[in-house]
Amino acid sequence: MPIDPKKHEMPTQSPEVRAHNFSEVALGYSEETAVLEANRCLNCRNMPCVCACPVNIRIPEFINRIKARDFDGAYDVISMTSSLPAVCGRVCPQETQCESRCTMGIKFEPVAIGRLERFVADRHNAFGTGEVSRPEPNGHRVAIVGSGPSGLTCAGDLAKKGYAVTVYEALHTAGGVLVYGIPEFRLPKKIVAQEVETLKKLGVDIETNVVIGKTLTVDELFEMGFEAVFIGSGAGLPNFMNIPGESLNGVYSANEFLTRSNLMKAYLDNPVTPIMKGGRVAVVGGGNVAMDAARTALRLGAEHVYIVYRRSMEELPARREEVEHAMEEGIDFRLLNNPVEILGYNNPDDPRDPKNGFVTGMRCVRMELGEPDARGRRRPVPIDGSEFTLPVDTVIMAIGTSPNPLIKDTTKGLEVNSHGGLIVNEDGLTSRENVWAGGDAVTGAATVISAMGAGKTAAQAIDNALRG
Amino acid sequence: MYRIETKRVLNPSVVEMEINAPLVARKARPGQFIILRVDEEGERIPLTVAGTDKEKGAVKIIFQIVGATTEKLGRLNAGDSIRDFVGPLGVPTHTDGIKKVCIVGGGVGCAIAMPVAQEFHRLGAEVTSVIGFRNKELVILEDEFRACSDRLIVMTDDGSYARHGNVTVPLKEMLEAGERFDMIITIGPLIMMKFVTLTAKPFGVPVTVSMNPIMIDGTGMCGGCRLSLVRDGKRVTKFACVDGPDFNGYEVDFDEAISRGRMYFDFERRAHEEVCNLFKGVN
Ligand SMILES: Cc1cc2nc3c(=O)[nH]c(=O)nc-3n(C[C@H](O)[C@H](O)[C@H](O)COP(=O)(O)OP(=O)(O)OC[C@H]3O[C@@H](n4cnc5c(N)ncnc54)[C@H](O)[C@@H]3O)c2cc1C
Ligand SMILES: Cc1cc2nc3c(=O)[nH]c(=O)nc-3n(C[C@H](O)[C@H](O)[C@H](O)COP(=O)(O)OP(=O)(O)OC[C@H]3O[C@@H](n4cnc5c(N)ncnc54)[C@H](O)[C@@H]3O)c2cc1C
Ligand code: SF4
Ligand code: SF4
Ligand code: FES
Repeated sequence: MPIDPKKHEMPTQSPEVRAHNFSEVALGYSEETAVLEANRCLNCRNMPCVCACPVNIRIPEFINRIKARDFDGAYDVISMTSSLPAVCGRVCPQETQCESRCTMGIKFEPVAIGRLERFVADRHNAFGTGEVSRPEPNGHRVAIVGSGPSGLTCAGDLAKKGYAVTVYEALHTAGGVLVYGIPEFRLPKKIVAQEVETLKKLGVDIETNVVIGKTLTVDELFEMGFEAVFIGSGAGLPNFMNIPGESLNGVYSANEFLTRSNLMKAYLDNPVTPIMKGGRVAVVGGGNVAMDAARTALRLGAEHVYIVYRRSMEELPARREEVEHAMEEGIDFRLLNNPVEILGYNNPDDPRDPKNGFVTGMRCVRMELGEPDARGRRRPVPIDGSEFTLPVDTVIMAIGTSPNPLIKDTTKGLEVNSHGGLIVNEDGLTSRENVWAGGDAVTGAATVISAMGAGKTAAQAIDNALRG
Repeated sequence: MYRIETKRVLNPSVVEMEINAPLVARKARPGQFIILRVDEEGERIPLTVAGTDKEKGAVKIIFQIVGATTEKLGRLNAGDSIRDFVGPLGVPTHTDGIKKVCIVGGGVGCAIAMPVAQEFHRLGAEVTSVIGFRNKELVILEDEFRACSDRLIVMTDDGSYARHGNVTVPLKEMLEAGERFDMIITIGPLIMMKFVTLTAKPFGVPVTVSMNPIMIDGTGMCGGCRLSLVRDGKRVTKFACVDGPDFNGYEVDFDEAISRGRMYFDFERRAHEEVCNLFKGVN
């Protein structure tokens, strides 16, 4: 059989249709396609793909099970190392991780590892019994701060070993960025809810509406009898550009915009939470967050959506698939452009004019790529006299986030680096005894799979420390 | 779920409730707030902690019915439950070194100011309270303020009760008469806080204002509650939910805050009408 040079396409909703709904864009492989795609895998002995996966999923092994149509077996292989395959199969930047090192990728397109992983997980969730057996309690108690991928993974691994685990979450729903950030059309909420349900069946206690540092402190958790604490509080603090006009009405952080839409359900037909929709929208930034904000704005009914990014397509850090989907949907990419000021309406004759204080446009300057910096990335430099105004009604800043200082500020002896990230050793142990940390709270904004990996590492280290 | 323990109607549009939330009750200090959600489809709204009963594990809130969410909340009764209740959020009001304080409250802002006045009274400071309302019908918490103030001045805009005029009138009189406070703490509509600050300025008396912008998470995650301070000629952005809600009145850019407060005006008016219509059908 000749080798198929290309990945099997995953069916998607057509761009014209999906631009107006919040249902999932990509529809997943059928069994037939999954088996065909699995057959492209060469079962390489040296397994380069496995080393490029942050949690070292035994990729050829699970793909072999798909080839044999042993889908349950494939799921078992994946779940040995990953606890959120339905999530990672959807949102991992495969092109820079597992698939980047795939042998097939040297001459052809790599094996669609992410799509296969998603297929296996979805099939399991659709047909699996959902039964989980509660392990024998081992008498130890651990508290987890934050219910994002790092916290959920750490909680799950410890619960499976018999720990009594309580997860404290500041918001009213568990899931972290998976529920408040990443939109429904890319990661349906019910997938996350299902993962959370599984944890509950394992005996994990999830306490929402508890802000550690406010409602309870880390020290109080120890007083309450927890023997170890894992901090997976993410990097939720939004950055702004500090340019004039950023406090005008109609300027959002991506976090606010996405939270209003996702968590507060402003995407529903008759929402209780307001959000600016319609009109022209500019999203500043080039990462996954920017793509999600732009595509959410489009689905909420914007006439025209720009992505304004100061570097070129090559440096755009978002997942490739999302960039392609965004382009198909008609998002207008204004690359090598950088905002310098946001303009607002001001009627000097009538201070009560209701339009006063609302965004009317964004001044941008064109950029060119200069010399490479220390990390080899070519630095964008402004072109003199190239300023122009983009007429827009809403501006969404998606230029990154930092770890929230709330826990650091209320916990003595917890050290952070200059970016606000908690300092940990290779096991995830912080500068405080019996306090571990992982995920974005340590690294700054990164990926779901790396947060998950950190949760796993810490769970193992906690187990070693408490039962040694 | 969080149970409503008690409910008291203070005036036609202001309601007091005690909510069962032991963790919040244990921790909350004057000046802090909570965020609640009435039901699964509800909006998150911030309300100040108006008192706590640590033994009962209850947190008191006092709110004015202004829109969709407060309307829904106001229709619940003792024994009902609300979906979410998180706190205490924000930084407690600074009380250190303040021996003589003037509390200036406006409208439902008086509900936010009351626990602060009580705290100063408990700490042994000399408390002057000036509370203002649009008219007699809207006066709330007069007895509570009397109990914790060395001197209480009640004002109504239309003169239908107590003294006629707004809160800056007696404040100015006191300052002009040479009275000095270690701190003036003002809580109420933005425009009132702006004018209280302007009134105090010529006398060099420090002013603390309690900012209440639109909030979502209350933990510093969305940036929706941001406001600008002008400090040493430089603009700095602060998040009211984690850096406040109390700020130095002389630094706050009130005009910007007032403008930001209007962002969802139309939406909210429509949402409120809808909830009212909904209940009209029921009643
Ligand atoms: C819009 C968006 C799109 C993204 N797209 C992708 C993608 O396609 N692929 C990918 O791999 N990654 C993506 N990421 C990044 C990825 O989601 C994060 O790296 C990952 O979620 C980090 O996990 P975490 O567990 O460290 O923290 P988070 O997911 O941030 O969760 C932290 C949780 O802790 C809670 N918390 C914070 N402080 C406290 C406290 N004091 N007390 C109690 N609880 C607290 C928070 O409310 C939150 O629920 C995206 C991020 C965003 C914002
Ligand atoms: C830190 C903080 C503490 C607060 N404490 C109290 C309190 O103790 N008691 C109380 O009654 N209210 C308090 N508020 C205001 C309260 O949160 C709002 O009244 C509430 O969110 C209105 O919700 P709604 O859905 O009923 O009305 P909406 O439909 O949201 O709004 C109706 C009207 O109220 C105005 N409004 C909305 N939000 C605010 C706000 N944050 N501040 C002022 N006006 C607003 C709108 O512009 C509109 O005119 C506080 C606000 C903050 C930020
Ligand atoms: S978890 Fe992510 S990186 Fe690892 S195999 Fe799956 S898709 Fe690839
Ligand atoms: S590198 Fe590619 S072809 Fe080789 S085993 Fe991994 S997935 Fe299969
Ligand atoms: S309410 Fe979201 S940052 Fe303050």
